[in-house]
Order: sequence, then C-alpha cells, then structure tokens
Amino acid sequence: MASVELTNVRKVYAGGVEAVKGVDIDIKDGALCVLVGPSGCGKSTLLRMIAGLESITDGTVKIDDKVVNDLGPAERDIAMVFQNYALYPHMKVYDNMAYGLRNRGMPKDQIDKRVREAAATLELAHLLERRPRELSGGQRQRVAMGRAIVRNPKVFLFDEPLSNLDAKLRGQMRVEIKNLQRQLGVTSVYVTHDQLEAMTLADILVVMNAGAVEQIGAPLDIYEKPASTFVASFIGAPPMNLIPVTAGESGLILRDGTRIGAEGLAVSDKDAVIGFRPEDLEVATGTESHIGGLLLDLKVLGVEPVGAESYVYGIIGGERVVVRVAGRSVSQPDDHLRVIIPGEKLHLFGGNGKRI
Amino acid sequence: MIQNNPIGRLIAHIILIVGILIVAFPIYYAFIASTQSLQDIMRPPLSLLPGGHFWENYTTALFGGIGRIGGVSVGRLLINSTIMALAIAVGKIIISILSAYAIVFFRFPGRMVFFWLIFITLMLPVEVRILPTYKVMVDLGLIDTYTGLTVPLMASATATLLFRQFFMTIPGELVEAARVDGAGPWRFFKDILLPLSKTNIAALFVILFIYGWTQYLWPLLMTNRNDMTTIVIGLRKMISFADADTEWHLVMVTCILAILPPILVVVLMQRWFVRGLVETEK
Amino acid sequence: MASSTRVTFPNKVLPYLLLAPQLAITIVFFYWPASQAIRQSVLREDPFGLSTQFVGLGNFKRILSDPNYLNSLQVTVIFSIATAVIAMGFALLFAVMADKVIRGKGVYRTLMIWPYAVAPAIAGMLWLFLFNPSMGTFAYMIRSAGYNWDPLLNSNQAMLLVVAAAAWKQISYNFLFFVAGLQSIPKSLIEAAAIDGAGETKRFWTIIFPLLAPTTFFLLVVNTVYAFFDTFGIIHAVTGGGPGKATETLVYKVYNDGFVNLILGDSAAQSVILMVIVIGLTAIQFRYVERKVHYG
Repeated sequence: MASVELTNVRKVYAGGVEAVKGVDIDIKDGALCVLVGPSGCGKSTLLRMIAGLESITDGTVKIDDKVVNDLGPAERDIAMVFQNYALYPHMKVYDNMAYGLRNRGMPKDQIDKRVREAAATLELAHLLERRPRELSGGQRQRVAMGRAIVRNPKVFLFDEPLSNLDAKLRGQMRVEIKNLQRQLGVTSVYVTHDQLEAMTLADILVVMNAGAVEQIGAPLDIYEKPASTFVASFIGAPPMNLIPVTAGESGLILRDGTRIGAEGLAVSDKDAVIGFRPEDLEVATGTESHIGGLLLDLKVLGVEPVGAESYVYGIIGGERVVVRVAGRSVSQPDDHLRVIIPGEKLHLFGGNGKRI
Repeated sequence: MIQNNPIGRLIAHIILIVGILIVAFPIYYAFIASTQSLQDIMRPPLSLLPGGHFWENYTTALFGGIGRIGGVSVGRLLINSTIMALAIAVGKIIISILSAYAIVFFRFPGRMVFFWLIFITLMLPVEVRILPTYKVMVDLGLIDTYTGLTVPLMASATATLLFRQFFMTIPGELVEAARVDGAGPWRFFKDILLPLSKTNIAALFVILFIYGWTQYLWPLLMTNRNDMTTIVIGLRKMISFADADTEWHLVMVTCILAILPPILVVVLMQRWFVRGLVETEK
Repeated sequence: MASSTRVTFPNKVLPYLLLAPQLAITIVFFYWPASQAIRQSVLREDPFGLSTQFVGLGNFKRILSDPNYLNSLQVTVIFSIATAVIAMGFALLFAVMADKVIRGKGVYRTLMIWPYAVAPAIAGMLWLFLFNPSMGTFAYMIRSAGYNWDPLLNSNQAMLLVVAAAAWKQISYNFLFFVAGLQSIPKSLIEAAAIDGAGETKRFWTIIFPLLAPTTFFLLVVNTVYAFFDTFGIIHAVTGGGPGKATETLVYKVYNDGFVNLILGDSAAQSVILMVIVIGLTAIQFRYVERKVHYG
C-alpha cells in the first residue's frame, strides 16, 4: 500500500504542445482518486505518466514516498486496467493473469495460488481456460481487473475501464470496482470522462481542463461548491444552469436587458455569471421572500417527463435553462413561470469564471 | 439469393471445368509423358492415359544419373532447390520481422531514412542490376555457394512492409500492458508479437518458398557448377529441342519432380497462402 | 484519449541491431550494384577493357536510336499487353463463374491455383512440350488440321507460345484476387440491381465490373511488372529471344548484351532505363494503395 504524490508535474510533447501544465495531487494510502474531464484535458496523459508509460517533462511523481520518475512501468509496482482491456489475444485467461508474475520470476505454485484466488474473487474460476475472444465484454473487463489484482501492486491505475460496456453493465461494474477497491485497500487512480462514474467512485475527485487541475476535493464538496463555471457545468447531470449577468447600480442586468433586483447579493465584478442547479428552483406562489435570492421569469419551451421526475426546459433572460421537478409537471410550452432561486443555492462566478 | 437459376449454374460449372482443363492440362500432360517410353513420346499424339513406365522412368531419373546435366543426380538438384527455397523463406522472414519490429516499435534517429532505404529496394529487382550484382558476387567469391544463392535474396521490401503493416494494427495498449507486466522488448517480441504473427508468417512462408523455388535468373547467374544449381536450371540444361538425343521421358520425370514440391506446399497450405497473398499485395 | 502516436520501447541501440541484417544485405547487394549500374551507364569501355571513358548520355543516345533496342521495346509492350489481357480475361471469367456456383467452390479453387507454384521457365517448357513441332501432341493436331506450325521458326507463333505460357502461369494469381474482389461486393447491391430489373449480364457490366475496377487496375500493374521482369525464364528457356529477335524482351536483352555480348556500357544503360520503368510502375501501384481499397 502506498501514497501517490504528484508535484508540479508537466508534460510537453516534442511538438511543443503542453498536455499537462503543472499538476499537484496528493493521494493518501488506500484512497481512490478519480481524474475527470473532457477528452483532451490531459487526464490520460497524467495517468500514463504515473504508470511510467509516458516520460515526465518536469516535476516529480512519488509512489510510497519514493520518486519514480526514472523507473520503467514494471519497476514502479503498479498495475493498470486499460480502456480496451489489452488482453493478450493468444493467451488463455489463466496465462493473461499469470504473465506479469512469470516475468517477475515468481515460483509456479505461488502464481497458481494467486491466479486462482483472484479468479475466485472475480468469479472467473470457470473461465480460466478460455481465450479472450471467447468472453463477453463484461468478462473481459473482469479478466483485465484480475490481471491487475494478482500482481498485488502498490497502486492500481484505471484508464476509462468501463467505457466499452453498455450502460447497465457499466453501472454494475462500477459498484464492483468500488467494493473491490475498498476490500483490497489499494491506492487507485481512475480516469474517466463520465462525471456520474467520477462522482460515485471517487474518494478524491480531480476535475481537469486543458491540461490543468480545475478543482480537487470530495465529490459532494465539488458538487456543492464548484470552483469555476467549467466545474459547475461539467459535474452534475443535467449540468448547472449558468446565466451571464452585468452588475448594475440597482441589481443585475441579464443578457436580454431584463433587470432584476438582487437585494443582499454582493456582486463586485461588473461581469459575472450566476449559476443554479436544475433541482434548486422553486416555483413562486407569490408569498415567499426572495431576499438574498432571485426572482426570475421563466418561459417554458418544453417538458420531458422521465418518470419519477420531469425536466422543464425554458428560457431565463435569453439563456436556456433546465429545471428538475419532482413527479409530473403541469407546465405547457409558452407558459410563463415565476421562479425563485434561494440565496443559499445560488452560485456566483466572476468574469474569469472563478467562484466568488 | 437471386442466382438460383439451375441452368446458369450448370453453365458456370461447365466453364469452370473447361478452365480447370486449361489450367491443369499442361501439368497432367507432363505427368502422362513421364510415364511413357521415349519411343511413345516421340510419336504424337500422346495417349491421354498414363503409360506403364512409371517406376522405370522415376527410378532411372532419381537414381540413374542423367548425363546431360553433368552426371549430377536429380536428387542433388532437388536438395539444392529445397535448400534455396527454405533458406530464402526462413531467412527473409527472420530478417524482415526484425527490421519491421525495429521500425514500428522503436523511435530512433534515422528511422525514416532506414525505412525508405528498405522501401526503395522494391524498385531494384535483380533484373535491373544484373551485371554489377554479378560482379559483386564474383568479387566476394560467392559464385557456386549456397550463401550466394540465398543471402542476397533475403532482403527485400515486400516482407518487411507486410510485417510493418500488420504490426501497426496491434493496439498500443497491448504494448503498454506488456510493459506494465514487466516484459521488455525481447519478451514482448517472443511472448506476444511472434505468436500473434503466426498466420502472417505461415502465409509468407508459402509465398516465399514458391519465390525461392521458382527463381531462374539468379541461379542461372550465380552457379557455374552443375552440382550447385537448382532443379529448374538443371531442367533447362537437359532440354534441347533440336537434339534428338534428349531423353524426353526422363526430362518429363524431372519436370514433374520440379513442380511437385511447390504445388504440394501451395495446396496443403492453401488457407494461409490465399489469405496471405491477397493481404500482402493490399 | 488514445494517443495517436505509436507506443514504443525506449531502447536506443537495439533498433539498429535489429535493422542491421537487412540493411547490410540491402547495401551490399542492392545499392552498391545499382549505383555501379548507374556509373557504368555513363562510361564506355574499349573492347579490350583497358581503358574507360566518360561519355555522358552517349550510351543512352545510342541505345535509344538502336533499332534492335526499339524492336525489343516493341516486343516487350506487345508481350506484356497480350499476357496481361489474356491472363486477366480468363481469370475474371473463371472467378465470376466460381462466384456463381454453390457446390465445389473449394475444389475449383484448389485446382485453379496450381500454376502459381510452377516456375515461369517450367511453364514455358510445358507449353513448348505441348506445341513442339517434332513431338508435341497439339503441334501434331494443328499440323493435321493443315496449318504450318513451327514456333521455333515463325516469329508470330513463337510470340503466341510465350504469351500463352506466361498468361497461363498468371491465371491463378489473378483468379484469387478477382474472387476476393467479388466477395467484397455487398450482396445487397446486386439484389438491389435485380429488384431494379437488371438481368444477369446487365448486372455484371453495370454493377459488378465497375466495382471491381480497383482490383482490375491493381492486377493490371502487377501483371505488367510480371510480364516485364518475371518472364525472363520463359523467354530464356523457350525461345532464347528468337526466332530472329522476335521474342527478345527488354530484360532478356539486358542479360544478353551484358553476359553474352559483353557490352557493359549498353547493358548498364538499359538497366537504368528499366529502373526508371520499375519506379514508374511502383509509383502507380502505391498511388493506388493510398486509395485504400479493401478486399473482403
């Protein structure tokens, strides 16, 4: 077991492209850290730098308090689960799992014991004699996990391991990975572009954008206090509604020119963005106080009932927004609703996109 | 299925049978001739059924020694051809797989220069550089040696390009998984790349075996001694159409013996050969 | 994100070792002689080999105005076109038929590929044996029918014979490619054409043949290369370039001038011209490959 510590890690490719721009992350022993972000944000590059598959331009990577910058992947005592599983197609499941141990010169009986234990944990015991092409997607995924587990490494690295599975299986495997990781207590780094996966798995969540870390924290903290408009729009589904505003003498001016009163709201930046989660709107009945919050006019465009809740799509001040309503919504297109965003649910971002 | 027209299919079968006749007849005819006596061959038309001299002709050709090719036995020529075909096939596969491995799985200064150096050899077949190549062989003392017959034909771009093309389809993740599993370049090559290349190697083996066996200009130039030449060249030396002394029945036996090994290789390894051929030339 | 660059091993020396065997052979047996050919093509040696003299493009000028060379060029063109057209025509016919039958496909293919394994020189000898005026059964039949058949004396008949042998050997190769090409044509297209009321012949010429064009073009290049270079054995074994110079192809002439007549400068200049032809053909072939045509 080990901690993983990244200090000012940078990656500049030969062509001058800076894929990772000085990242600091501390992962405590046994924690599951999820790197999340859109494709091209540098999260996979970062993971591969921890793995030793990608050279480190600048900064240090420490595993178990030891700098590993100059060690090859095999010497870092890590195991990796790949997006396409990367199972050796010509080897049986057993040999796929045993290959890394054999290369390390482990005695046969010990290899056998480890492989069978891992196979039992992952319910693969009956598949050991099969070849990868004879397995279903979910089974291949388990074999890839098995190959990582048998090694009993200091760190697990996961590179979008669930992205090739269908939605149902993905949900199932997500729970399994989480349980397995808890049970084994191995420090893990997990890369995904799926924010739901990130939220549900992470002990520490790292949101990345354009090669830099936007925010690090516990998933719910990030959800509740996104550090920037980027994080706000990336975490949560449907994403947070963001409305650009200009601070005027007596309140805020929306894009379409609507003025709204904003008593008790301190907006220091001239240009700002207000944000609110789709579930945080209340339909005004006329009597509530909206001091510290906002009272807005919403024009309904359409309604999507999805069963337990409904999404109401509409426009506020010229910006499209989504509202999540419990049960069924009675709204019709072209309805106008008065809605209130309570002050404590309101997020404010400055002109640079950073939280105020 | 729209082509369920029985008459159309019947015509197709007939045309194919005629095709097979065209394609197979010269070989069949040679076989017939190889079982006839010299007198029967000299009196056309030849019967369309095998004659009664099969054993006699074949044992004479194989063990009797034939004067025309300087007292060298057909067996010796067959061994030479086999050595040449096997050495070229195996040597070329080894050399090509190594250089393709270097070009695809390593980054090093001069990589593209080397790739082009290999690629351009596609445009330099023996036929366009006959004389100077011969001179190099003479200077190196390689005339009438197995080294001379085989080594210069082991380097060519086609096999290297085929392996390169195949290696590029191997997912990068597989290489990374192997590296994480502690496999260095040699282990990766031996444990993963070679087993995955099995079918390609088999296909190339067939194509290159045929290539080596059917060489003509090269052994013609590189051998002076009759005991170092191949069966194809030997056969050529046996024949003189103007000469009444040619022992045609034995020539035909030699002919059949010269085409049988490559035909067996092609027919028995047909599955790999066909796939390999169509893919190589892609 | 899958990185677009190739995953590699970090070794610095190993790749050079891996490349060494191929490069060594390539340089000694390909580049060195090829550069010698180019060097010699601009030199002229006196008949006793005592002195050499730089003559610039002199050798090329003389060759290109030599009627023998022009004759050889003409022979090669006729020989190549005839061989390619006949070999491809038959192969296409058989492939289309093989695509049609349901039973016996495998057997037909197995029997069809034999000639691929036969050396060109032996193919030539087999055909000569069949059509040899003194004892060939077919020659006997042609003569019985009243024709004067002697390919060893009549130039047209000699050409016919070497073309037949060369084309025969190449049918197998073309057949396999046409079969693969036909298999890669989606059945739904042919069904759609049938629904559109196209009969079998019409379907072939309007749908199948155009879709086979990439295969056909590729084979045309390959067959030309084959007819130019690989048929040396046929010419050497069957006609020796004769009668007269009726079947003397370019490659045969290079060999003959260099080894038999020992005119080094001319032979080298001819080699260089051949090199240019190969480069042209290879360039055409690779332009085609870039279009990424896939066989089933």
